[in-house]
Amino acid sequence: MIPLFAAAAIILLIMGLYVGFFVAPTDFQQGEAYRIIFIHVPAAWMSMFLYVVMACWAGFGLAFNTRLSSMMATAIAPTGAMFTFLALWTGSLWGKPMWGTWWVWDARLTSELILLFLYIGFMSLQAAIDDPRRADKAGAIIALVGVVNIPIIYFSVQWWNTLHQGASVSVNQAPAMASTMLMGMLIMVFASWMYSIAVILKRVRIIILERESHTAWVAELQKEGVA
Amino acid sequence: MNWSSLSEFLSMGGYGFYVWGSYAMTLVCIVGEILLILNHRRTLEKQYGHTSDLDKKRDTNETTS
Repeated sequence: MIPLFAAAAIILLIMGLYVGFFVAPTDFQQGEAYRIIFIHVPAAWMSMFLYVVMACWAGFGLAFNTRLSSMMATAIAPTGAMFTFLALWTGSLWGKPMWGTWWVWDARLTSELILLFLYIGFMSLQAAIDDPRRADKAGAIIALVGVVNIPIIYFSVQWWNTLHQGASVSVNQAPAMASTMLMGMLIMVFASWMYSIAVILKRVRIIILERESHTAWVAELQKEGVA
Repeated sequence: MNWSSLSEFLSMGGYGFYVWGSYAMTLVCIVGEILLILNHRRTLEKQYGHTSDLDKKRDTNETTS
């Protein structure tokens, strides 16, 4: 399964970059700088989406005491944090030429920064608690409380007057961009999806192996390896 | 086709620093994440002192405890 998702991610990435750089036209307002969109938007979407998925798994783990759910949440956090960081980084590099500043304390930017801190808080809290089951529960509470931030990020451009532009793509109206630009962006979004799935599954296997190291099947593997 | 030469492609209409800065950091993050995971995995494999087939064999064993 993992090689499948990884291959899909690579193919989609190449397609997305090709469309993004060679097919999509130059933006009439922003020139070539807009090409940052092909990573900025997928990264920002993934950062929010992965957080919701992480909180769901953490919540299941808390409610039903299922260890695997909590391990999934733990596996998602670093990838989510990476996408959040990338959204901020690329946004900053985009903001400098367009708005004339690397950073403003505007609602969208600030709430995305809080999201990064939530991911980091989740990971450090889990790392700080020795007993993995207690770490799961404590982390789940942060993750669940932090979910309120997601609609704040999403609607921040409507609720407040911000420097950040409104959504270019939404469910109930035609996207406000050229179709090849949109296509490039969507392909990159799918590539990010596939990448995330591959990386998270890989990571959860490592976590399973580590946490279940006291159990019979891991011991059996050990014996086989020694023999 | 948008670009007539390589240098035009690299300069991104004067926004080269911003565009390539974004893509470079993305590449660094993705490669870094993959390397970290593979490294962690290798450490575990060494710890459990066996060769390669962890995943395949694991599926045949029930998780206990």
